[in-house]
Amino acid sequence: MGMEIKKQYWNEYQKEIAQDDYFYERSCIRQTFFPGSEATFLNILRDELGKKIVDDPKIHTCTGIGYHSDIVPFDTTMTICARLFSLMNGAGLKNYVPSCVTSFGIFNEVLDTWKHYPEELEKTRVNLRKATGREFEVPDNIAHPSDIIYNFRKQLKLKMKYQLVNRKTGKPLKVVEHIGCHYSKIFAEKSIGGAEFPHVLAGMIEEWGGEVVDYPERRHCCGFGFRNYLVMANRGYSVANSKKKFESMKPYKPDFILTNCPGCAMFMDRWQYTIAEMEGTTYDENGKGIPVLTYEEMTGMLLGYNPWDIGMQVHQVQTESILDKIGIDYNPQDKYVGVSGMFLGEPEKPTNLVV
Amino acid sequence: MKDWGYKISIPRIIDLDRSDTSLYKQLVSKVPSAMKCIMCGACSATCTASNHTTFSFRHCHILFKRGQYSRLSDELDKCMLCGKCNLVCTQGVNTRAVISTMRLILSDMNNRNIAL
Amino acid sequence: MSGKKIIIIGGGPAGLEAASHLARQNYQVTILEKESETGGHIKNDMTLFPDFADAQEVRKGLSDRANHPNIELKTGICINELVQEGNQWRIKSDNNEAITGDAVLLATGFEPFDARRKEELGYGIYNNIITSVDFETKLKEGKILTTEGNIPQRIAFLNCVGSRDEKTGNNYCSRVCCVNGVKLAISFKELYPAAEAYFFYIDMRMNGQQYEELYRTSQEKYGVTYIRGRISEAAATFDHKIQLKSEDTLAGLPLKLTVDMLVLLVGIESSKSTRLLAGQNNIRGNYGFAESLGVNRNDYQTTKEGLFLAGTCKRPLSFQETIADAGAAAIQIMDYLEKVK
Repeated sequence: MGMEIKKQYWNEYQKEIAQDDYFYERSCIRQTFFPGSEATFLNILRDELGKKIVDDPKIHTCTGIGYHSDIVPFDTTMTICARLFSLMNGAGLKNYVPSCVTSFGIFNEVLDTWKHYPEELEKTRVNLRKATGREFEVPDNIAHPSDIIYNFRKQLKLKMKYQLVNRKTGKPLKVVEHIGCHYSKIFAEKSIGGAEFPHVLAGMIEEWGGEVVDYPERRHCCGFGFRNYLVMANRGYSVANSKKKFESMKPYKPDFILTNCPGCAMFMDRWQYTIAEMEGTTYDENGKGIPVLTYEEMTGMLLGYNPWDIGMQVHQVQTESILDKIGIDYNPQDKYVGVSGMFLGEPEKPTNLVV
Repeated sequence: MKDWGYKISIPRIIDLDRSDTSLYKQLVSKVPSAMKCIMCGACSATCTASNHTTFSFRHCHILFKRGQYSRLSDELDKCMLCGKCNLVCTQGVNTRAVISTMRLILSDMNNRNIAL
Repeated sequence: MSGKKIIIIGGGPAGLEAASHLARQNYQVTILEKESETGGHIKNDMTLFPDFADAQEVRKGLSDRANHPNIELKTGICINELVQEGNQWRIKSDNNEAITGDAVLLATGFEPFDARRKEELGYGIYNNIITSVDFETKLKEGKILTTEGNIPQRIAFLNCVGSRDEKTGNNYCSRVCCVNGVKLAISFKELYPAAEAYFFYIDMRMNGQQYEELYRTSQEKYGVTYIRGRISEAAATFDHKIQLKSEDTLAGLPLKLTVDMLVLLVGIESSKSTRLLAGQNNIRGNYGFAESLGVNRNDYQTTKEGLFLAGTCKRPLSFQETIADAGAAAIQIMDYLEKVK
């Protein structure tokens, strides 16, 4: 169905991705949703690819959530971003890697503003100096971690113990890929593949043996919408968007959903529980839902990392179906055992969603 | 089912795959001139009722045509059947007949408790 | 009069029509056509709007009239250079053939917009999304079938593809797509009366004689459903149909529709030859069309003496307008050659 034309579009949207010497900015909230993902990314870069990536404990929020919820004014956001750049300068690095897709969008927006309105850049310098005494220089390159994994996907494949193939049937796993809106829809030229057919996750899936599912609502936003989700009066509207996506992907019977945005991953995973409990509907054949993975979890899983070390147990829709389909070795007993060896307790079972 | 204090929004999209367009076919068999409407809005422009209410013949006609019946009955009641729209219509649609027939069809559905 | 040679670049309707007038006034004409056959884009048409005239009959009439002892026709020749030398014009082809003339008529026509440039509409990506050009080809075969070999039970036409569109760089209206689209919708309903036809538009520009009546007939007699709204994206569904997203601007609500086939009414763009040859002679105007001295001044002459324009190399025109245009250009050429002795 026209894969050749799709490939043409991907080629139009290529961007430079830095090869090494990264400054990593952790997400302010990602660790609460998917605790293992960021550590997994650092391990992959250092242990598998031998790259230098600095994880600075002085990191803080980029104010993306606050800014997009109309709470934090843009001047503040620019100054906070400048401080993060200053931390990067302090580490002697020029390649900025924000873990969160909203962050990625914020930095592109801030840099674009400074490009078109240099007076804003000067104003930010004054603000940062007054507030903290710091100076800063902008990075040479901003890449999202999913861009980096995409860039090195062929090398990573050589080290992978597993592929996205159903062990019993030999067929590729069917994967729905979902890109965070702030990755490609705001600045299409800053993404791999553009906004209509983004390739950053599709490339990983295809390289590692899976099959990408193209369904009608592929481009639709998950509904996170910051203020819309955070405020209960708007939450029904927010959830309705994820529901629209689930209804659209259901007939294709995907094996799992892959996303590169923390909000999207949380939405796609959590709302399947919410919709099941509120309306009794699930979107797979067994009432268990469609599992959701972050790209770090998927990469780590295929490299053979212990699923419980990378956080695959902290999901609303359980992920064992993926592990079983691929044929990955794991110990079910250790699922809720902490790093210290202590049993952490099993979560309460939902009424409708089968876990 | 759980109630966490909010409801998941129902889409307001016109879903032409699911809309029941058979009612429009009924309308057109009784008032064939309805087929000539090009939605120009001259009717709404001259309408007496639209001065003080949300009523618009063009809007009702298109909602009926697209199978969006839920608020139509209330809207149609606002029409005074004065006929100014009939005078003004450039295509020769018998607008009064369209309104009356829409009301008949919808009240028939209501009487038979058929959900719209 | 005799002894003067006119070179016409382009053997489409404009070129053929102008040639047939000039030849009958005893001028020597050479038509240079890059395809192997003359006729331009009406080669692909089944009928012409608004009267559903048989396009191939009309085309034959044109080429018969251009079959004249004073007309030399060269096909399969692509021109890459057009240069003025004194009061002569020198033309060079891709095969290094050189031809000289006393006057040149640029009749290099148009190209349909490449729908792949609107990636969100899925042309070339999903099955059963075709252009109006593809549709006309299927009409000539007498059947419109999906790639699976079925009659589409639901078809949608989308207007203004590549026209009135800042993103593609074409801010202008292509003039003929509205009436052509109505013609195609009627043709479809005549073949398959039980199928549903939807037409997505911004405006219906029915700006010629009989056009408005055609629009009314399509709705009243053939039941074509007109929806005022653009289609934002086309996506393939699980059962290989096409899901469309639009807004019904008149109802003020978003709209979704699944169809078996989507027809993109593509606009008119300047042809590569026009852009090249007009560019070489400083008469390249907006959007790559060739520029005359002005629509209200002299629409056939250019700033270069002896270089004339006719047809859609200037702007989007219907077939009948092109024919009239070519006749007027022929008279201008004759006047010019009378003065230049």
